[in-house]
Amino acid sequence: MGQIKSLDELKALRDKIKDNIDIREAGEQDTNIRVLVGMATCGIAAGARETLNALFEEAKKQGVNNLTIIHSGCMGACHSEPTVEVRVPGEEPILYGNVTPDKAKEIIDKHIKNGELVQNLIIGKPFETV
Amino acid sequence: MSRYRMHLLVCGGTGCKASQSDKIIENLNELVIKNGLDKEVQVVATGCFGFCEKGPIVKVLPDNVFYIEVKPEDAEELVNEHVIKGRVVERLLYIEPTLKEKIEQHKEMPFYKKQIRIALRNCGFINPEDINEYISVDGYQALGKVLTEMTPQQVIELMKKSGLRGRGGGGFPTGLKWEFARKYESDIKYIICNADEGDPGAFMDRSVLEGDPHSVLEAMAIAGYAIGASKGYVYIRAEYPLAIERLELAIKQARETGLLGNNIFGTEFSFDVDVKYGAGAFVCGEETSLINSIEGNRGEPNNKPPFPAEKGLWAKPTSVNNVETFANIPPIILKGAEWFSSIGTENSKGTKVFALAGKINNVGLVEVPMGTTLREIIFDIGGGIKDGKEFKAVQTGGPSGGCIPKQYLDTPIDYDNLSKIGSMMGSGGMIVLDESDCMVNVAKFYLEFTVDESCGKCTPCRVGNKRLYEILTKIVEGKGTEQDLKDLRELGEIIKDTALCGLGQTSPNPILSTLNYFWDEYEAHVKDKKCPSGVCTALLKYIIIPEKCVGCTLCARVCPVNCISGQVKKVHEIDQNICIKCGACQKACKFNAIERK
Repeated sequence: MGQIKSLDELKALRDKIKDNIDIREAGEQDTNIRVLVGMATCGIAAGARETLNALFEEAKKQGVNNLTIIHSGCMGACHSEPTVEVRVPGEEPILYGNVTPDKAKEIIDKHIKNGELVQNLIIGKPFETV
Repeated sequence: MSRYRMHLLVCGGTGCKASQSDKIIENLNELVIKNGLDKEVQVVATGCFGFCEKGPIVKVLPDNVFYIEVKPEDAEELVNEHVIKGRVVERLLYIEPTLKEKIEQHKEMPFYKKQIRIALRNCGFINPEDINEYISVDGYQALGKVLTEMTPQQVIELMKKSGLRGRGGGGFPTGLKWEFARKYESDIKYIICNADEGDPGAFMDRSVLEGDPHSVLEAMAIAGYAIGASKGYVYIRAEYPLAIERLELAIKQARETGLLGNNIFGTEFSFDVDVKYGAGAFVCGEETSLINSIEGNRGEPNNKPPFPAEKGLWAKPTSVNNVETFANIPPIILKGAEWFSSIGTENSKGTKVFALAGKINNVGLVEVPMGTTLREIIFDIGGGIKDGKEFKAVQTGGPSGGCIPKQYLDTPIDYDNLSKIGSMMGSGGMIVLDESDCMVNVAKFYLEFTVDESCGKCTPCRVGNKRLYEILTKIVEGKGTEQDLKDLRELGEIIKDTALCGLGQTSPNPILSTLNYFWDEYEAHVKDKKCPSGVCTALLKYIIIPEKCVGCTLCARVCPVNCISGQVKKVHEIDQNICIKCGACQKACKFNAIERK
């Protein structure tokens, strides 16, 4: 472990290693956009884990911070796995289907960063919950 | 530090460790590796979450799901269901007792709703054994700010303005204490962190040191800069092995990164910390005794003045502050005095950590703003009294505090209000008593503790407390007189006025407060020779109800002193002169024919 010689060095170190704690903090932020990846048997078989990791890496690469990426159980759309649900606070959730890792990038680029829906991937609104 | 998409925070505090949280961590790690998730999922051993009643706790982030009472064998289901498939394991969620609803997020739980965490901010959130995690949550930024942007005088002014008062018991303003220590010229000065947490039932200092040791080290260095000290000691009980281990690891890491040692942040300021173990004497929580103990002398108090700020450790100016006080300091530096003083009451700013114990549903550690009422703490956060029993009193401040009865439940808690009603903040222990507790016996319990712990240096404490204890023993044995009650009060007042240190000056508080609020119980013991709560065995009788006794002889056979006589199928009788009131007969009787009254 190197010696920290100045406050700037401490701040630089913090900025370098902070992401990991950010992920913990994100979980407690209600204002974040929540992205849910379906990770039931059907999702996993269709490659949802790769999609999840792609979303996660892409968000970091692009410096998107207002995002909480978690995984959920089966959303019922087993025919279109992997599925990704995007919940922007105060808006209707949107469900995307057949989200391969490269399409995950598109969701970050368009929907998360610019609020623009990725029309060709939408398979509908998720079911109503009671 | 790598970046993980999912974090499994497992409580690694002493309480949860005792319930095998180590094994949970081991199992989770094994399963994460087995499933090839070790680059994506991190298992973190954190400090205490505070909800010790339902430990071990596992919290999943960023999903923000709070699991309780997790067992090592649950690790498999947690990984297979939650970690791999994203399905919450419902059976391990907290069930809200009144509505019977399962609660997923901790902030929805009544236990956490009213809490504001400043001193405990990182406990249950970061890995205390990794300095990088502390740095990630802005750790050591406050020290950096102080050393590069502020003068010592400005630091003291900021602390004074914040209104922070000592959290160890006395409630002396921290900024003022530092100012006194700064005022005295000396080549060497010392900072001491008082981690000699001795109140029965209090464990906040231990939790802070176990869960966030770096925050204490950082604050000690800040204090050192403020008063002009370059050396600090943490005086900690040797009975806290886990806290010591983590503290020593933290010191090592801080030295390696140059955050302790010479020329911190490239400035002229140097500061280092050593750990001194205490042997567990209660009196060593008193600052002059503590200093004597560090010097290798007997742990006995000195007369004040001179105060440690003038002549402390090795007769040099010294500031002794408590663990929780220190833990509050980095956020005050970073967020400002106004932020801190906006929380709390007029004369007591910020928050206070309380250790809830006794007959309360949610035993644990809570941090609430000053001014929260006892009712909110005991009934909303603490979940009320165990087994649906009636609340009788709450004992705050440990052996130096008093018992607060029902009529003061709505008192907003701060330093001044607690003293007004005959108790004190102390270190923040809160022992809840219910209808089945005898207040005379409770007072006797605390006196027994202070008699044991009195160092013997001054007569009022050494002899006076012993006499108080003897009088109480007389009363609970049914031999008390009305004069004894008068003597208790008079002697108690004298000890308060004349004892040398804080231990003796506060030791009669449990008696005086119970005399004030539970006079009827004392009277019942003395006049009627009865213990209304049925606790004091000498005042009890076991009696066989003739109508119910069938003469089965079982009671006579279990009685260890053979005091029950009677023939088969005839009513039995207990010889009260021989009976030792062990209750074995009552337990054995299958016909409920034995009554205790």
